[in-house]
Amino acid sequence: MKTDELIRVLSTNVEPVDRRQVVREVAAAVVTGTAAAVGAVLVARGIRADLNDVWALTFLLLKLIFAIGIVVLGSIYLIRLARPGGEANTTISWAAWPFVGITFLAAISLAFAPLWHWHNMAMGVSWLECLLSIPVIAIVPFAVVVWTVRRMAPTDLTRTGALAGLVAGGMSATGYALHCTDDSLPFIALWYGGTIALCTLAGAALGPRLLRW
Amino acid sequence: MAANETELKGLMVAGLDGDAAAYRALLDRLSRYLRSYYKSKLARIGRGAIEAEDLVQEVLMAIHTRRHTYNPDEPFTPWMHAIARYKLIDHLRRTQGSLADVPLDTAGEVAAHDDHIRVESGHDLQKLLSDLPDKMRRAIQCVKIDGLSVAEAARRCGMSESAVKVNVHRGLRALAATIAREERT
Repeated sequence: MKTDELIRVLSTNVEPVDRRQVVREVAAAVVTGTAAAVGAVLVARGIRADLNDVWALTFLLLKLIFAIGIVVLGSIYLIRLARPGGEANTTISWAAWPFVGITFLAAISLAFAPLWHWHNMAMGVSWLECLLSIPVIAIVPFAVVVWTVRRMAPTDLTRTGALAGLVAGGMSATGYALHCTDDSLPFIALWYGGTIALCTLAGAALGPRLLRW
Repeated sequence: MAANETELKGLMVAGLDGDAAAYRALLDRLSRYLRSYYKSKLARIGRGAIEAEDLVQEVLMAIHTRRHTYNPDEPFTPWMHAIARYKLIDHLRRTQGSLADVPLDTAGEVAAHDDHIRVESGHDLQKLLSDLPDKMRRAIQCVKIDGLSVAEAARRCGMSESAVKVNVHRGLRALAATIAREERT
């Protein structure tokens, strides 16, 4: 085929393009993914029963702020990296701020706690459940995000994959927080932070394969 | 380069608003830049003009089907360069070339030279079209090749206007995917 022929085909009857499309589609993916994660937790696990307790409610809010903070920040960077060349003027390490914040708070709370209490604060009752649940619940949100972003045009697939994993991990943690009854800052930092970091690494590893276009 | 950027960006933005003439002018200019870019890159590793032309067409398809990822608040040349470079790396990877053989380049370079010497690519438009699902093929034939308006095409194909638009859109994406796959084999 001659290139002129292709150009004629492509430029005949061109439709106007919605300039907000990338933002809109990423937002839609985040809403869908979060709904899937929350839905999965509500159906399979149920919401925690002690929400009339102020302490429990405070920690639920803290977990949600941490998880939603990750989702929002991650999505902002995802919107940039989903565009060709977006990695050139973007420092994605800013997306790590929620981790820095929660680690700082965890350190403070450990500093004020007696040493013999540290083990309980860090491990909680159900660290294993948390370790398994967040990555598993993140699978569907991750698929939704990847499906959305691969129709755009990321040119740094490792970083874009990492962000997709991060956002999916955040969405999953948002759902899991509704069920989880381990209320300590070190627990959130270690198990929420750790599993979301794991999702990020998995995303970085899968990105080059899944996001290719 | 600066003059290039202003002009190309102007054409791109007009194209995004649905200005077919501006869009055609843009693709025409881009095809010449891309041809020169790929020929010079591929020549260094002993590859020919047809391979370069295949890449030019793959990139034009990619630019078209992914033009919504261009943010008009940003300069145009780096966007186009990122796509051109991404497709070059992808092409080298699957054809056993190595990026190490190809010199680094900057965003300016992609629009620095143009090349009018056209060869035919290895892609066959009629063959590509005939592999599409029936509805997509008919929609593209009417709207993009025969140049009918969406309303006329809808009447001729017995589809609604929105179905025609959706089928053109999906069909072009499918064509882009097939071209990218053909490159891979």
